[in-house]
Amino acid sequence: MPQLGESVTEGTVLQWLKQPGETVALDEPLVEVETEKVTVEIPSPFEGTLSAILVPEGDTVPVGAPLAEIDGAAATQAAEAESAAPAPRREEEAAPAAEPPPAPPAPRAAEPRAVPADPAAPASRDAAPAAAELGRPPGLYQKRRFSPAVARLAAEHGIDPAVIEGSGAGGRVTRKDVEAALRAAPAGAARPSAPAPAPAAGDQVVTFSPTRRRIAQRMTQSAREVPHAWLMVEVDVHGLVGLRAALRDDFRARHGVDLTYLPFAVKAVTQSLADFPILNATWSGDDLVQRASRNIGVAVDTPEGLVVPVIGEADRLTVSALAVAIDDLASRARARKLRLDDVEGGTFTVDNTGVFGTSATGPLINHPQVAILTTEAVTKRPVVVGDDAIAVRSVMNVTLTFDHRVTDGSTAAAFARAVKDRLEAVDPGTSVD
Amino acid sequence: MTERSMAEALNWALGEILAADERTFVLGEDVEAGGVFRVTQGLADRFGRGRVVDTPLAESGFVGAAIGASLAGMRPIVEVQFIDFILPAVNQLISEAAKMRYRSQSDWTVPLVVRTPFGGGVHGGLYHSQSFEALFGHVPGLKVVVPSTPSDAAALLAAAVADPDPVLLLEHKRMYRLFKEEMPDTLACADLGRAVVRREGDDVTVFAYGLMTHETLQAAETLADEGVSCHVVDLRSIAPLDTQAIVDGAQRTGKVLIVHEDHLTGGIGAEVAAIVAREAFDYLDAPVTRIGGPDVPAMGYHPALESAFMPNHETIATVARQLAAY
Repeated sequence: MPQLGESVTEGTVLQWLKQPGETVALDEPLVEVETEKVTVEIPSPFEGTLSAILVPEGDTVPVGAPLAEIDGAAATQAAEAESAAPAPRREEEAAPAAEPPPAPPAPRAAEPRAVPADPAAPASRDAAPAAAELGRPPGLYQKRRFSPAVARLAAEHGIDPAVIEGSGAGGRVTRKDVEAALRAAPAGAARPSAPAPAPAAGDQVVTFSPTRRRIAQRMTQSAREVPHAWLMVEVDVHGLVGLRAALRDDFRARHGVDLTYLPFAVKAVTQSLADFPILNATWSGDDLVQRASRNIGVAVDTPEGLVVPVIGEADRLTVSALAVAIDDLASRARARKLRLDDVEGGTFTVDNTGVFGTSATGPLINHPQVAILTTEAVTKRPVVVGDDAIAVRSVMNVTLTFDHRVTDGSTAAAFARAVKDRLEAVDPGTSVD
Repeated sequence: MTERSMAEALNWALGEILAADERTFVLGEDVEAGGVFRVTQGLADRFGRGRVVDTPLAESGFVGAAIGASLAGMRPIVEVQFIDFILPAVNQLISEAAKMRYRSQSDWTVPLVVRTPFGGGVHGGLYHSQSFEALFGHVPGLKVVVPSTPSDAAALLAAAVADPDPVLLLEHKRMYRLFKEEMPDTLACADLGRAVVRREGDDVTVFAYGLMTHETLQAAETLADEGVSCHVVDLRSIAPLDTQAIVDGAQRTGKVLIVHEDHLTGGIGAEVAAIVAREAFDYLDAPVTRIGGPDVPAMGYHPALESAFMPNHETIATVARQLAAY
């Protein structure tokens, strides 16, 4: 089972695309696997005949567990693919755990890896192990083991280190991560709850799919760690409604997708983020990092649950391009065909809750981001125009939920008003290209 | 208070010691003329050639004679001109000096001090650059101390002379005139078996001694600018090792780096690592890591070979940085 994402620890075999006895070519799709993040086809890392399937369909195994055996493989390893999966995280080379060789050209031995220095170069100062990790290879191994310090602290405080986000090499949980988690959550918050009462007849235990479990864990983390604050603005969208009505048929004919209000909202958000970069920041351990790229996550509802694919560098796209990108991501999300890099790197999330008919929503922030904006249902309402005339206008509420550690109401409100102003400025003359 | 380099501090301390205790005397090659590093400069004029004695080029002989003198109630302070030359005297030191108390059930002790320059960085080539603290540190019955500052050098010398058992005082030759320190004008007597915290920090602990203490402190400055804080412990005593300081230092950050100029394999860093691994196991947050000189037969004479051999603040910073990020 390949490593399909930095924090992914296991995968479920959905469907074997080859059966024992069949030949398989190098890189030919071999098995479909579901993880918390994505569903992917694993291409075969070897050429040969599939001789044994080790994990039947429906079974879940940890990352690194052997999936199958292929005869005639060039390499000696079993089919735990290091090359598999679209855009997997590359496994680091195992550092030689042994001491450096005693042979002569082995200057400056830094255990466990020899420092390659060129003796002919005067004072070769950059003779240090470049990206070498100390000790064991990261990723695969580091996610699921805890150093003595981490294990001790966790045990002393009754907290499960597996739910702590790791900031160390390969994503490992460090002692400081545990200390930070303890500062964030009061002690005893992780004590197991009292045993639940026995289920009555007709009751059914709900099994969580990997996606649902992941959502649950992330929501808990967000609720626990982030002080959420919320505000709402009302946006007069009669111009936007008019423009969309005018363009939609032609747009569909030209681009093959529906033009909704969402790409306009994303556009307004990316433009407004340029003036409020603090809301385009993400947490990296204890540091808040203002990101240069504006990668907007767009919430998509799928049968398995909420997925938030990301439009990278969304500020570079026109409204048309955004509409196409959103449609592509949403349909792939529903078809469970997202790639790993579709769901990573987001800096801000937009959630079009309006499709559910709501007029106000209080979502949880998509950690490690610091804000999330929703666009509610467009409804016709009586509004005051001019001094005191009443007109019927299309109005859309826009809510902003933000991490109150990072900024205050005045800045958050100013951002929301900037988005509102941009949306209200859309009129039949606005270009979408 | 007076500013002194390490060589000046030792010279001054020797003067104080010779003046205070008539059992003490200095012997070694060229000590009457002041010694090749001028550590004994002026002492023969001040105390006479009966107390500052030139020896022949015969380490086994004059170390053996010093052992004999100490058994007769004197307090000899031997200077071996370069630690590289101590090897002929190893039999005297290990078979005789180290075992005398044990074998006589404390009837006889050897209050011997052997002072000797070690280490590289002065274009000394193969026979003026070696480190042997691991060799002697491995011998029960011998104490080995390594100062990192002029005041430590003086105070450790005083303590070594006062100690009733053999003590090797290893002075890094590159540090003799590396910097000056403001020192009081009364001679202190150090605690022989104690390490010293030279810099407090929370991200990674580095144990070092001798010249490497300074390279480490320099690396710590660089890393501090990057937001990595190093806890630097100057081991100072190689035998006995200050186990409590080692454990405390390891527990402080959970990430331990040990640096010495001596060859990596079997160097004293291995002993420190073993202590950490056992006594501070539950506090470890990263593999215990060492930096040492390479396991090649010698530090070369060519400057490029010499600097390739010696750990320095950049290589220390590189490894400490990785460890902090682990």
